[in-house]
Amino acid sequence: MKKLMLGNAAAARGLYEAGCDFVSSYPGTPSTEITEEIAKFKEVYAEWAPNEKVAVESAFGASFSGRRSFCGMKHVGVNVAADPIFTIAYTGVNAGMVIGCADDPGMHSSQNEQDSRHYAIAAKLPMLEPADSQESYDFAKLAYELSEQFDVPVMLKMCTRVAHSQSVVETGERVEREVVPYEKNPQKYIMMPGNAIRRHPIVEERTKKLTEYAETSPINRIDEGESNEIGVITASTSYQYVKEALGDKYPVLKLGMINPMPVKKIQDFAASVGKVYVVEELDPIIETHCRNIGVDVIGKEVFSPLGEFSQNIVAKGFGLDVEEGKKVDDDIPARPPALCSGCPHRGVFYVLKKLKLNVLADIGCYTLGAVPPLSAMDYTICMGASVSGIHGFTKLDPEKAKKSVAVIGDSTFMHSGITGLVNIAYNESNSTVIILDNSITGMTGHQQNPTTGYNLKGDPCTKINLEDLCHAVGIKRVVVVDPYDLKETERVIKEEVAAEEPSVIIARRPCALLKYVKHPGPIRIDRDKCVGCRACMKIGCPSLAIKDGQITVDTTMCTGCRICTGLCKFGVLGVE
Amino acid sequence: MSTKNIMIVGVGGQGTLLASKLLGKMLLAAGYDVKVSEVHGMSQRGGSVVTYVRYGEKVYSPIIDKGEADVILSFELLEAARWMEYLKKDGTIITNTRQIDPMPVLAGTAEYPSELVSKMKDKGVKVDAFDCMALAEEAGSSKAVNLVLLGRISNHFDFSEEEWLKTIETSVPEKFIEINKKAFLLGRQY
Repeated sequence: MKKLMLGNAAAARGLYEAGCDFVSSYPGTPSTEITEEIAKFKEVYAEWAPNEKVAVESAFGASFSGRRSFCGMKHVGVNVAADPIFTIAYTGVNAGMVIGCADDPGMHSSQNEQDSRHYAIAAKLPMLEPADSQESYDFAKLAYELSEQFDVPVMLKMCTRVAHSQSVVETGERVEREVVPYEKNPQKYIMMPGNAIRRHPIVEERTKKLTEYAETSPINRIDEGESNEIGVITASTSYQYVKEALGDKYPVLKLGMINPMPVKKIQDFAASVGKVYVVEELDPIIETHCRNIGVDVIGKEVFSPLGEFSQNIVAKGFGLDVEEGKKVDDDIPARPPALCSGCPHRGVFYVLKKLKLNVLADIGCYTLGAVPPLSAMDYTICMGASVSGIHGFTKLDPEKAKKSVAVIGDSTFMHSGITGLVNIAYNESNSTVIILDNSITGMTGHQQNPTTGYNLKGDPCTKINLEDLCHAVGIKRVVVVDPYDLKETERVIKEEVAAEEPSVIIARRPCALLKYVKHPGPIRIDRDKCVGCRACMKIGCPSLAIKDGQITVDTTMCTGCRICTGLCKFGVLGVE
Repeated sequence: MSTKNIMIVGVGGQGTLLASKLLGKMLLAAGYDVKVSEVHGMSQRGGSVVTYVRYGEKVYSPIIDKGEADVILSFELLEAARWMEYLKKDGTIITNTRQIDPMPVLAGTAEYPSELVSKMKDKGVKVDAFDCMALAEEAGSSKAVNLVLLGRISNHFDFSEEEWLKTIETSVPEKFIEINKKAFLLGRQY
């Protein structure tokens, strides 16, 4: 049946049909929907793990046991999971294992623009790179075959425009498979030096065999062109831009397998054309391979290593004219994302700004606390870095401890904040950590996590108690506060920052977008009393605006959180 | 036929994804190759959002570039102006006249440009601007702006009214079918 499917949904369908039994992932844009979609199939067990390292190890455990498994993550998640990935490349698998990772060129929703293809090369794992939804589906199925044929976990690399574009897919039916018998094999699976040293040559031999496969597999194919003056080597979404810009003018070698890449196929292709162009987003991976095998190409000197491509960018790279549209003469103000109306994080950031604290923050919706007018953030690096970082920030300069906090969400805390907190307790810095507990993983679109009491399938499950957890790792001062209550939030933050020992403040209030959260409805205002002082505008609420010198409330957006009401000295906001 | 390009632009949270979903479904059923590209994640939090819908015999790129859009369907006036350079010569902008102030305007560091509809027309662009919110409210929900706009753009296609209404019926939750159909028809007949 032909369907319009998101690349991620198509990948999920392919994994499902190939008989995937076990899925463990951590959400991250643009990878999240692979796991959300496969979780809808009752035949598949699927879970959110606390982080990507746990997800990969759990999925590997399932493969080791004899079940086809999958784990999904975004590009930066691969950094977290890199430790097991590099070693399961040595052990190989029992049943097939696929690792999905999704890059984000252009950084639509990420803190960096790293190119995951480096990981496949460094870990010596095969990596398949689909260019649309049909290929996402096909390659997901193929990944399991290769995984079992070559005894190796296979990486399936998505990117934003493949993951989040819908295109037509012809789907099939799931094939149920026998569980692969589990047999003890210590030489293969116990990676102590004496065994690992014998596995390494097997890895190198496997790469040779995979290269032979890459030479002949239809996954690397040539689209014929009208003129052999130029030849293009490309992959992933760049292929689509090349075809859009050039049509069938020049032959195109489209690589579906990005590691290992073929040698002879590329050399023969290059020999059959005049100049060879390599069109690839981000780093020069294909280009470097071509140079290594003696093929001279034009690549990054024309096609930037920065950001996403498009058909116009590619057309311009080939010297073609592009007609762009007209603009209005006015400057169009930017519309950056902002904390939502009713967002509980807003109250915390307002107080942090008011108290002029140093704020070491983390990854999640609350990173938007950095945006004006709140502007209440000093750094954001990666998952968990707020809690570990504040320890280093305050340890040798105790006076800084009185002026600084770490801020981290509930899901991010479970992901990799806990170990940082253990370090604060164990190595005794006087740090203050604020856990913004909105009882969900917000930014990626409301995924459950170990603190919510529900699992990925939506069933009730063990709920980790954050207070108990913080106490258990050795933090004595743990205070819970409602971030809608500005006065109390301010009092608690002042008190805990001043305290002579480490503390955790849990600012608890569920995400305003959660369906079960009931809002009192828009606040009423007494506009006549407004003097236009703009004090209420300091919280950056999208429901509030000054029109003709006085406040207005957007009643379609205002949830009635009443954070703003505490800021008005004239009794304008929130009248009964 | 050459590939046709429709951009759906607006503010995160306005329901732009439902409009592209319905459009994609109609086009696929009509036998076209279709690609729909969406934005998820960070930008959905009140930021400027865009969805690309492309259809034809064979569609390669999932995105629409500057100077390529046949129609820009805009849920908010400033967004219509922001994305105008993506319109091709002789293209049409269909836009809601409602204004949502972006954060720099709310924070007082930028101004919302005035008279945008006439400024866009002055550049020789065809602009079909109307208050979708009023029609959505008439249909029974301020959230039905997406169906009002879909109704408006439906006049650019050869599909019959029955085909559109059937797609709506099979795509939205049962309790919203009537409101959505009414909003669609109000937009189509406006």
